[in-house]
Formats: sequence, C-alpha cells, structure tokens
Amino acid sequence: MTEIKLGPLRFRASRPTRASLARAAQATWSIVALPVIAIVLALVVGYVVIVASQLLVPGRAIDLLLPLNAYATLFGGAFGSFDGIVRTLVSSTPLIFGGLSVALAFRAGLFNIGAQGQFLLGALGAVWIGVAVRDQPALFAIPVALLAAMLAGAAWGFIPGFLKAISGAHEVVTTIMLNYTAYSVIAWAVSGPLDQPGSASPITDTVGNAGLPILLGRTGHAGIVVALVAVAFVWWLLFRTTRGFEIRTVGANPDAARYAGMRPRFIMVLTMTLAGALAGLSGASVLLGVTRYMTASFGTTVGFDSIAVALLGRSHPVGVVFGALLFGAMRSGALVMYGQTRIPAEIVDVLQATILFFLVAAPVLRRVLRLRDVRSELGTTETLTRTYGSEAVTR
Amino acid sequence: MDLLQLLYSIPILGIVFQFVGYVVDIFPSIAPFILRGATPIAFAAMCGVLCERSGVVNIGIEGIMLVAAFVGWYAGALAVPLLGSVPVLAFGISAPMIVALLAAVAVGMVISLVHAWLSITVRADQIISGTIINIAALGVTSYLLNLVATTSARGAGLFVPFAAPTALTDLPLVGWIFGMFLNQGPITLSLLFIAIVFQVLLFRSRWGLRTRAVGEHPRAAETVGIDVMWVRYRNVVLGGGLAALGGAYLTMESINSFQFNMTAGRGFIGLAAMIVGRWSPLGALGAALLFASTQAVGRSIGIYPATGELGVVLRAIPGQVFDALPYLVTIIVLAGVVGRSIPPAADGQPYERESAT
Repeated sequence: MTEIKLGPLRFRASRPTRASLARAAQATWSIVALPVIAIVLALVVGYVVIVASQLLVPGRAIDLLLPLNAYATLFGGAFGSFDGIVRTLVSSTPLIFGGLSVALAFRAGLFNIGAQGQFLLGALGAVWIGVAVRDQPALFAIPVALLAAMLAGAAWGFIPGFLKAISGAHEVVTTIMLNYTAYSVIAWAVSGPLDQPGSASPITDTVGNAGLPILLGRTGHAGIVVALVAVAFVWWLLFRTTRGFEIRTVGANPDAARYAGMRPRFIMVLTMTLAGALAGLSGASVLLGVTRYMTASFGTTVGFDSIAVALLGRSHPVGVVFGALLFGAMRSGALVMYGQTRIPAEIVDVLQATILFFLVAAPVLRRVLRLRDVRSELGTTETLTRTYGSEAVTR
Repeated sequence: MDLLQLLYSIPILGIVFQFVGYVVDIFPSIAPFILRGATPIAFAAMCGVLCERSGVVNIGIEGIMLVAAFVGWYAGALAVPLLGSVPVLAFGISAPMIVALLAAVAVGMVISLVHAWLSITVRADQIISGTIINIAALGVTSYLLNLVATTSARGAGLFVPFAAPTALTDLPLVGWIFGMFLNQGPITLSLLFIAIVFQVLLFRSRWGLRTRAVGEHPRAAETVGIDVMWVRYRNVVLGGGLAALGGAYLTMESINSFQFNMTAGRGFIGLAAMIVGRWSPLGALGAALLFASTQAVGRSIGIYPATGELGVVLRAIPGQVFDALPYLVTIIVLAGVVGRSIPPAADGQPYERESAT
C-alpha cells in the first residue's frame, strides 16, 4: 500500500472503500473549508459594498442585482472562454512567484511586504539586461535576463534581511520603505540610462529575443512553466532539505533553533534573499512575458496580492498555486467586469482584504460554524511575525 | 523613569532643531513647510505611541489615514450642497468642514476598532491584521475614487493657516521658529497641543501609568485590578482618531482633493518616527520633523534653486534621489537606532486572561 503525501493531505493508494473515500473527503474539507467559507463571506460583503457604494454617487438608482451581474461577468471573464482562461493564467503567473516569496518568508517567521519593491527591481533587472542581449539567441538571452531579475530582486530582499539580522530593524517597515524607493529607482533608470532617444515620454527599448515565447493563445507566455518549476523548487527546499528544515525551525521558534546549533540570523538573511529572488522572477515574468518594455510609471499590485495568496495558500507551495489562480482569475475577470458593468476593478482589492479578514478571524469562524480545528503546520493564528528588535534576533 | 523619558526627548529635539536651522539658513522660508510635512507623520506616530504603549502593534495606521483622507474630502463634498460653505469661524472653518473632519475621525476610530477586535479579542497576528487594513483601505479608496471620479467633486475647502504677527516672525535668529510653529492651520496647531498634552498624560497621569503598565506587564496590571482588554481597546481606538486627524490633514489642510494612495507611506514613516522617538509623543514629533525636513529639502531645491557651488552639486543629483530621500533616511535611522531602542515589553503580544472562573 503506497501513500501519497501532498503537504498536509495524505492519500492511500489502496482499493478505495466507502469509508476511506469519506475519510479523504473529510480531510480535504477540513483543509479547504476555511478558505472556501472566507471566499463566500467575502462575496457577501462585496455585495453589500457594491450596493452601498452606489448611494455615494448622486443620481444613481440602487440596483440589487448589480453585484450578482458583476460577479457573473467577473467569473465569465476569467473562465468563460479560451482567451479568458489564458488571461487568467497570465495574471496568475506573477502571483505564483510573489506568493512563493511571501510564503517562504512566512515559514522563517518573516513578513515580506517588500514583494512589491523586489518585483519592480526584478523587472528593472530583466529589462536592463534584456535590452542589452536582445539580439542574442533566445536560448541565451532569456536565462540571462531571468538571472538578472533574480539577482536584482535578491539584492532588494537581502537589504531588509541583513538590517534585521544586524540591528533588529523590523522588516515590515524597511521593506515598505524599499518599495517606495524602488519606484524612484525605476523612474530614474527609465528616464535616465535606459531611456530610448526620440520618444516623447521616458520609455525603454523592447527586450527582443529575451522576451518569453508565447505558448498558449495570443498572450499565454512561458512564464507559467517557470513558475511551476519554482513551486517544485520551493517545495523541495522547504520539505526535503536541511536548509528548509532550518528555515521552518527558525520560523517556529528562533530560540530553539539557536539552541539546536542553527544560526537564525543567517537563515533570516538567506530567506529574505531567496524571497527577493522569487519576487524578482515575478517582475521578470510580467516584463519579459507581457509588457516587454518599461515606462517610468511601471507599477503593480503584485505586492499586496502576494500576501493574500500566501495567506490563502497557508504558506504551502501547492496552496500558493491555488491562491494565485483565484486572485489571477479575479484580476483578469475584473477588467471584463469593469467593461460591462462599470464597477471599478478595485473591488477585487476589497474582496481580497475581506477574504484575509475572515481568514485571520478564523478562530471566531470556527467557533461560530463549529468546524474542527486543522492543525496547520504554520499555526496561522499564532504570532508569526515578531515585533521590533525581537530579542531572539538581537541578543 | 518618566523624568528620564522626558529628558530623552530633549537631545533629539535639539539635534532636529540644529538640522532644521541649518536647512532654513540655506533655504529661506522652508520652515513652515517642514512642520506641514511632519504633521501627518507625527499624527501617525502619536497613534503608534498610544497603541504600542499599551501593547498593540498597529501597522494599519497607513490605511486608517488613507481612508480618513478620503472621508475628509468626500464627506465635505457631500455636505457642501446641504449646509452651504460660508466660513463661520476663524481659520476658514465652515459647517461642512466640521462635518467632514468629524466623519473622518469617526471612520478612523471604527477602523481601529476592527484592528483592536482582531488583535485583542481574536488574538490574531497583529501585523497581518494591520496589513489587511492597509489592503482594504487602498482597495476601498481607489474603488470609491473611481466610482465618484466622474462627479469631479470638490471637498469642503481648506483650513486657512493662522498668520503670526510679523513682529514675531521677523525677529533675528529665532523668528523662523515662530513662523514655523504659528503660521499653520488648525490641525497642525492641534498637533503641537496634542503632543505636549499626551507627553504629560503618558508619564504623569493615572491613565498614562495604566497604559504603560498594560504595555509592559499585562499580567501584573491585571493583578492590581486594571482591565487590560479595556485599556488596550481604548488606546487603540483613541489612536485611530489621531491617525485619522493626520489623514484628514492631507485633504483638508494640504490639498483640496483626494489622490490614489495619497498617504504614500507616511503611516509607516510615522511608525519609524515613533521608534526613533522612543515611544514618547514629543520624541516622535521631533523624529517626524527630522523625516519631514529631508522631504522639504528635496522640494525646496526644486522651488528655490541654490546658487554657487552648492547649486552645481545639487543639480547634478537626479531628482528621484530627493523623492526617495525620506524613505532612505527612515531605513538608515531605523537600522541605526532600533537596536538601542527598547519597545514596551508586551508590545505585539496578545493577552490571554488566566482561565476564567
């Protein structure tokens, strides 16, 4: 009898009996129940927000069916056609990388709000090197551009990790400051060294052969393949290597990790650097696969989305894929929704925050709905991010 | 201990005044702009002080300010047709402005009540709770901004700055200090008042003692009969009101319109100011002035180009460096100071009552 483990899920490959199927169904439900309930409740809150916000606009009649119409067009836009599905995959790709980045940091007890800045720096690295190697063969140009993005993102992730290790400066504040700095770096690079002469507004050259090839439909680029490789890598790193064990131990209890002979500070710097590299790849996937050039106003919502993805996916690489597909679908469907119902696409951010709210309020939800407690490996309701100058780090 | 805390803020303020004085020497008439830039940061820092002194970390200050800025703008716009916009008092205050300011503060308090519930009652991870507030605030404000953008509403107007007597501001050497602190609108003036009052209250009153006890050792505080949960709730909600004032400042005293993500990290810089100011209101105000002066330098270089060799050097630096300067200074100061700055002992730790009888 072989056993297949998929994170906290366990499947036995024996003759399926009614009892074993019921057990498997119950195990699956106990893991997906909270995310599903959170999503459903968020849709209810979104309904109220959409209806109530119509009151703020003078002279608009209240339409109780408008939110349902909006959800229908959102779902249809994301999954209703081949092009829609491809668009969903394309907008999920950077979220997989970003979600992995935040999830990896969570595992080490670090909160990487800096995925935004690391994404931007990664995109900048990709376009900088991508333009330089645009006439080289694609087999050379693409890996080099991806590597540049990883290095740039890793550097931007290293800084907060290093500062936390040496001085205890909390990564939440430093990464956010670096996010804003990243916008200035991009504005400077695009209007300065990378500017294409002869254009009206600052814009870079296109990346040429360094661009990711289109595999699916008109827009489905190869980034999704790289993203799935990254998922496998992070899973392997976290659950099959000594380093991964150290990362999880430092996240669970830095003091215990130190007594066991691990070096929490080194692990923190390493984890933030790896997280930065992953977020950098996220930027590269958008730049090399979608825009293929950069303007001075290059921006993204990947930073906050990634946090939502990681929390929804319970900081597990496989969970991240599902979280990224959900928010990718919302992002791509929201554009269609705006086109047909004139409801601003930012309603997705509201839904996202509401989903997170219900996930964080999980203990209350469990009590109200009488759900059994799943022993998650992360212990999501525990304080997983330590406050300023955590003694475990600075001592 | 409390005297030490008070004394500590003096060197910080002293250094800041040295620096600001130097900047003012190079760029005349920059001083009021420094305090104006510092106002939202300092309000955020006050909110942080109130929350963290009682043991609750509030990363959601940024979001509270953003929503308050939106409410201050749009509630004013909605109230103008109903109440008229004739200034009735000093500072150009009119009825819709009072409504808008009260609405902003009330909304700020409601949002921080959500944070308080998640972090005190649910005992959720406080940093994630704050992040949710930030995500929701950015989402809701940009959603509503898109929704009402077609109406191109104007807010209820701006508060008018007080004009200090020129006899004071023209004094040699110290005149700029009067200009800096007195040529300000009511929200900024109230900041100075609030900072001093809270400095005294925090270290000299029963409320302050209870707040600090709850933040340092909640179990001991509970033992002597202090209701830990209630103290924390009260401080977090009160702090939300202060952060909302900082947000309302942006749309009611600074610019009369709302822009996408217009807080631009001020809430987080405020948290850094709180740390640098060692969790004391006056220290936080001093640190906010320091951060704001770096921003004001960048602005003023654009407005009054320096002459001579200094001008040549400054013009050689790309403008984006000055845009990023407040953020970079925040990182550097945080990394340099935080190791030696000790937060309240129970900061960020949910409190669980011993098993109820």
